[in-house]
Amino acid sequence: MKANCWMGRNTVAVQDVPDPAILNRRDAIVKITSTAICGSDLHLLDGYVPTMQKGDVMGHEFMGEVIEVGDGVDSGKVRVGDRVVVPFPIACGACAACRMELYSVCENTNPNAGLAEKFFGHPTAGIFGYSHLTGGFAGGQAQYARVPFADVNPLKIESDLADEQVLFLSDILPTGFMGADMCDISSGDVVAVWGAGPVGQFAMDSARLLGADTIIAIDKEPYRLQMAAEQGYIPVNFEDVDVRSQLLELTGGRGPDKCIDAVGMEATHGSLPVYAYDRAKQATRAESDRPYALRQAIMSCRNGGVVSVIGVYGGFVDKFPAGAWMNRGLTLRTGQCHVQHYMKPLLDHIEKGRLDPTRVITHTMPLTQAPRGYDLFKHKKDNCEKVVLKP
Amino acid sequence: MASRSSPPGGGQASPARSTALPASQPAGRQQPAGRIPDPLTRGLGWASAALGVPQLVAPRWFNRFIGVGEAPRHQATTALVGVRELTAAAGLLGSENPVWLWARVAGDLMDLGLLGWSLASHDRQGWERTAAATAAVAGITGVDLYAAVTRSQRKSEMDLTAAVTVGTSPEEAYNQWRQLESLPQFMAHLDEVRPAGNGTTHWRASAPFGRSVEWDAEITEDVAGERIAWRSVGHPDVPNDGEVRFWPAPGGRGTEIHVTLRYWVPGGKLGKAVARYFGEDPHQQLDDDLRRFKQIVETGEVVRSDGAPWGKRARQEFPQHPARPLSEDELQEVRS
Repeated sequence: MKANCWMGRNTVAVQDVPDPAILNRRDAIVKITSTAICGSDLHLLDGYVPTMQKGDVMGHEFMGEVIEVGDGVDSGKVRVGDRVVVPFPIACGACAACRMELYSVCENTNPNAGLAEKFFGHPTAGIFGYSHLTGGFAGGQAQYARVPFADVNPLKIESDLADEQVLFLSDILPTGFMGADMCDISSGDVVAVWGAGPVGQFAMDSARLLGADTIIAIDKEPYRLQMAAEQGYIPVNFEDVDVRSQLLELTGGRGPDKCIDAVGMEATHGSLPVYAYDRAKQATRAESDRPYALRQAIMSCRNGGVVSVIGVYGGFVDKFPAGAWMNRGLTLRTGQCHVQHYMKPLLDHIEKGRLDPTRVITHTMPLTQAPRGYDLFKHKKDNCEKVVLKP
Repeated sequence: MASRSSPPGGGQASPARSTALPASQPAGRQQPAGRIPDPLTRGLGWASAALGVPQLVAPRWFNRFIGVGEAPRHQATTALVGVRELTAAAGLLGSENPVWLWARVAGDLMDLGLLGWSLASHDRQGWERTAAATAAVAGITGVDLYAAVTRSQRKSEMDLTAAVTVGTSPEEAYNQWRQLESLPQFMAHLDEVRPAGNGTTHWRASAPFGRSVEWDAEITEDVAGERIAWRSVGHPDVPNDGEVRFWPAPGGRGTEIHVTLRYWVPGGKLGKAVARYFGEDPHQQLDDDLRRFKQIVETGEVVRSDGAPWGKRARQEFPQHPARPLSEDELQEVRS
């Protein structure tokens, strides 16, 4: 089959690889009908996530048709012929974390738990196409994928919604929603979202759905800010203004009640010297992540507010404003999304028309053009917001 | 997941737990079978005694026998050598500690020096006997050196402890573990466990550098739903014992499984260090073993990925197989 593979830093290539096969009794094989490039794939592309290997199949946002199931799969849950969306974290459904619906920290699905433990202190769940630290599972930017615990993870789509309407249930829509959900939004809340990429856009949509009064989008790309403004969110371009001052201005001096970091480890900064400082430290591995969005979110949030982090961090950051965080009583909430927890309610929102995930799609192209998709998305060419690939 | 080394005799997770389970000292805490008297060490001990007694009791006669001077200072020297020999004899017969073999080597060198000096200043009377004694001591020095070098390569004790929590009752976890024949499903180094009659089991494991070790083991304690302890019997290459305890985790969180393993590893500390250098860290392996046990108990089988498709056989942590589907040949290997 054809698959988009990581071939080293800044290089992906569509290659012919073997078709996937059942390895565990509860596996299914899914014939992929739509897949997407995620912002976190760029962290892999850029070489900031350790334990990638040449030839790894990329991709963790995919959906398709079940064409084979292992003999241990519960046929009451999934059968050959089912149309399914596959969540990016692989969950076993049986461990303590899964029973608490903390699926992205499943205790059983990462065969490289010993490796992950060295990086993170405790291991996290297996993730498709997302380095060997998260298990070394082949990803979904391919024609077929092996899906472990097929009777736990995939969401069956029984309505006739188009792929584009449900594909993002695999990651970015639940991730954005969890960013807002962790904010415990109450009426009157001002929610500021760092990053107006696809996840940031969905975090804003979710904040509105959950009752936020005012939503502020912070980015530097005019087309992304424009996309947010069209939804009624207030754009703030961090290259033009001082973000904290602007947020105080917009909130009567209070600061946003809730702040969402939808940027993560490869942030940029409006001030060149500040950017150069962290960029140099990152290049020399003196820190692994550039935490501008996180620093700003903590410094900007109102006293006693919530900072919700859904942007991906991989290692260690420098100049973490612990004093502001502690003295002002901020709550920091984070996590890779527990997708399985959010899929069904979000599908309901889509079916009822309360969320329209298709609004972020700017490019659709064949899987064979994946390298071009990565180039457009990474360098924000052609107003690229979200790339969907068709195998 | 927590695993750590503990000093010999340690391994109790906490005093509170120990009191909760008063009978928690397994038989495996004692010296395992497999320590037998060393004939060479004991032989050299008796040789020291046989030499030391006449040297101390009849130094004049002894000196005449080996053809050296009989002056009082010569006799006094011989008597002191006799005291040295008896001390070494007591040490070797008492403890078999190889330090006494090294003491013998040092004594031999001292004797060779004395005899050499004696030969150089000899009055020629009984010179042949002195020369013969010198040759005999030189030969014994060789034996002592051999014994000291070989007996110094002692087995060193390695204690491993690890713990994991699984979401079942202690009884279920115990029942799963008690099927000793299925331990190789999740324990990376175990190739086979099979019944060997008389309540013992035969174990076969792969050892560092492609070798394999086998031993028979007996269950020393077996309390349903609480504890299993075992130890090797006979004279295995790697004497070992082990214990696994099953405790209810607080608040209905399932069962805590605490494992203690002890090995007496050949090659001493050097052997351990070399094995670790080649990526065979026993702590990591025990942690991974317990993770696989948890996977079996909670999900029914060991979870595989494209990067780590070989289940417990994956020795190398990184780099692995790329995260891409396996070829037909690789699949056959995985399924074999």
